[in-house]
Amino acid sequence: MDFNDTPQEAAYRQKVRTWLEANAPRSRDANDDGEGGGDLSAARAWQAKKAAAGFACITWPKEWGGQGGTPIDSVIFGEEEARYPIPSNPFQIGLGMCVPTVMNFADPGTKDRFGPPAIRGEEIWCQLFSEPSGGSDVAAARTRAEKAADGSGDWIINGQKVWTTGAQFSDFGIVIVRTDPNLPKHKGLTMFWVDMKDPGIEIRPIHQMSGGSGFNEVFFADVRVKDSQRLGGVGDGWKVSLVTLMNERLAVGGATGTGWSQFLEAARDTTGSDGAPLLQESSVREKLADWYVQSEGLRHARNRTMTALSKGQTPGPESSIGKVVAATLMQDLANEAVEMLDQYGIINDPDLAPLSGGFHGSLMMAPGLRIAGGTDEILRNIIAERVLGLPGDIRLDKDVAFKDVPTGR
Amino acid sequence: MVLPNRMPDRRREACEPMNFDFSEDQKFLKNEARRFLEANCPTSRVRKVLDDPAATWDPDLWKAVAGQGWLGAAIPEEHGGLGLGRLELCVIAEELGRAVAPIPFASTVYVLAEAVMLAGSEAQKSAVLPRIAAGEVIGALATSEGPGALSGTSIRATVEGGRLSGTKIPVTDGGIATHALVLAREGGQLGLFLVDLSAAGVIRETLSTLDPSRDAARLVFDKVPAERLGGAGEGLALVEQVLDRAAVLLAFEQTGGADRALEMAKDYALERFAFGRAIASYQAIKHKLADMYVKNELARSNAYYGAWALNTNAPELPVAASAARIAASEAYWFGSKENIQTHGGIGFTWAVDCHLHYRRSRQLSLVAGAPRVWKDRLVSHLERRNAAA
Repeated sequence: MDFNDTPQEAAYRQKVRTWLEANAPRSRDANDDGEGGGDLSAARAWQAKKAAAGFACITWPKEWGGQGGTPIDSVIFGEEEARYPIPSNPFQIGLGMCVPTVMNFADPGTKDRFGPPAIRGEEIWCQLFSEPSGGSDVAAARTRAEKAADGSGDWIINGQKVWTTGAQFSDFGIVIVRTDPNLPKHKGLTMFWVDMKDPGIEIRPIHQMSGGSGFNEVFFADVRVKDSQRLGGVGDGWKVSLVTLMNERLAVGGATGTGWSQFLEAARDTTGSDGAPLLQESSVREKLADWYVQSEGLRHARNRTMTALSKGQTPGPESSIGKVVAATLMQDLANEAVEMLDQYGIINDPDLAPLSGGFHGSLMMAPGLRIAGGTDEILRNIIAERVLGLPGDIRLDKDVAFKDVPTGR
Repeated sequence: MVLPNRMPDRRREACEPMNFDFSEDQKFLKNEARRFLEANCPTSRVRKVLDDPAATWDPDLWKAVAGQGWLGAAIPEEHGGLGLGRLELCVIAEELGRAVAPIPFASTVYVLAEAVMLAGSEAQKSAVLPRIAAGEVIGALATSEGPGALSGTSIRATVEGGRLSGTKIPVTDGGIATHALVLAREGGQLGLFLVDLSAAGVIRETLSTLDPSRDAARLVFDKVPAERLGGAGEGLALVEQVLDRAAVLLAFEQTGGADRALEMAKDYALERFAFGRAIASYQAIKHKLADMYVKNELARSNAYYGAWALNTNAPELPVAASAARIAASEAYWFGSKENIQTHGGIGFTWAVDCHLHYRRSRQLSLVAGAPRVWKDRLVSHLERRNAAA
């Protein structure tokens, strides 16, 4: 048990620090909207710089164009990089999930074509999984792929995906589609990669309740893809998607957002009805302590996952606890911070209310965080079933042809 | 002797990556401890103490535990111990918590031994530590004199001319201890005093408590010989230092208990059927158990950080210990109460073990200061750290 760097890690950290000191940006691009939707030139330039210096895709194997480094190396780089005002990262989903899936299932030519440009930030990928009729129930995908009538072996895709992060600036995507509705739902799915610039693909941004538009609806109208764009066997789409999602777990990131430290400062600088700083009130102190303990618990849980990784173990569904805790923590903390300001808490003009600006952002993003990437409820099911071994829910869609599964509207 | 004898290879350790886990030797020790306690401390044994109004602990288990070398695990070899680190103590603590062991391990090992190692003179170390390791000395921490949290002004016990007078209530393990650490005033300053409870002038009254599987007493002192541990006026600071150390080890006991409560709830939910299916298949139960798991993981992760800070005597110890104690208290409380809820009616009976954990979770949360006091302390540490940054 050692929470300090080993000499090897300290040496790597020093190397990273030296490089960042010489190369990291000193200010954030004014056009960067923080959701990866603004001007991407700064993000692309930073990614290319990292790639050239051997700090991109650190844990990827060398044959994919990665560094063959350890997860700890990647964490160290992430920690050090976060000290600088680096651009928002539109490459995360592609490099964390989509491209590794391509690398696992595509032919050598395709790998060589897509790996290096993605690492350098020249091409961006998105993941087309969720649909209007299947958010939590991803395997209920209705977007269809049918063999072209001309005997070319091509596939024709029709349907709609939703909540696709970054589709509006992506070059390619991986899409899960139904190739056989006569089979039970998990068995009739197939995965393809698609060119997002195809004229049959229409992308419409979703106006979120938070005001931003980081996500999109993506419509497919007679989009023709070659059979060589298939990732894995026909009908193996669900298995392929599990590899994608496993890579999501490997893409362990640090916690972000306005947290306990900012709350402490806000409570110190705000007075209560007795004129004393709110930080002196025991109710405020107790909540702050709870949030600190939860944040630290997650940080050390991540460190334990890292240890398992560095010992060659595959991280399991245990890491599902991260978002369950972090999303609610973010929501509760932001709400308490806003309430602390009393009537003034309603103001979200950053010039008038610099204290609450970050908390307003968290307050309006938190509902989305509790849903995206597995809802609170789905994650609790995952913990109950895959960690604790409790039975799955009773299902009405098993061993039934997908076309006969009951649906609502 | 069941402790592993392999020496760690320092060179190999130095090249290993950052490590947030126990070593193979420590995991081996944990497994041995579990096997030993399954054989020597089944809940039927805990119940013997619980059910017998005259019993407040299990002296035979205490002797057996001493025989395992656990009491002296972290005591240096020159003082009769095994000279292992605190990490070994952490894994033992987790298993004792899981077993709801009815012995004064915490009072003796986490409190008395740690205090003597921290602040004792060479003479005090030589007098007390070997006898702890041998199972001859039982400790007790005597700070409380009434309801409410410990504070500098709440102490009325006094020492004059090396003799202690006053009343302490409750003193965990006070009815069975051979030695007590007593917080008392001497010349207007608070000091921590080591008192041999076999001396004349000590009156003990066993108290009825929430957790009858553990001993607690009122101790009345009338001019009892007392020798100071550490410097004059250092009493409160020393108690805080000792409690920081004890808090990490108690957090492992709590985590062990919380894990066992989750296991019991899971096993029962899988075998109990209602409306034609296992109750474990209902989301209301699944989500409850998932929440128990999340709290246990947060507790375990905070406890690991506390273990590192304790073992390396890091400056982060006060913050890490507070976080470990808060997370573990919450996890064990939640786990023990929701374990009863998952069991339904049968969980409310005396015959089923659920209440053993419910009681112990309260005992462990209160014994070294309630969570609300630790939350306040934690925020004070964070305020100072943020101001310094």
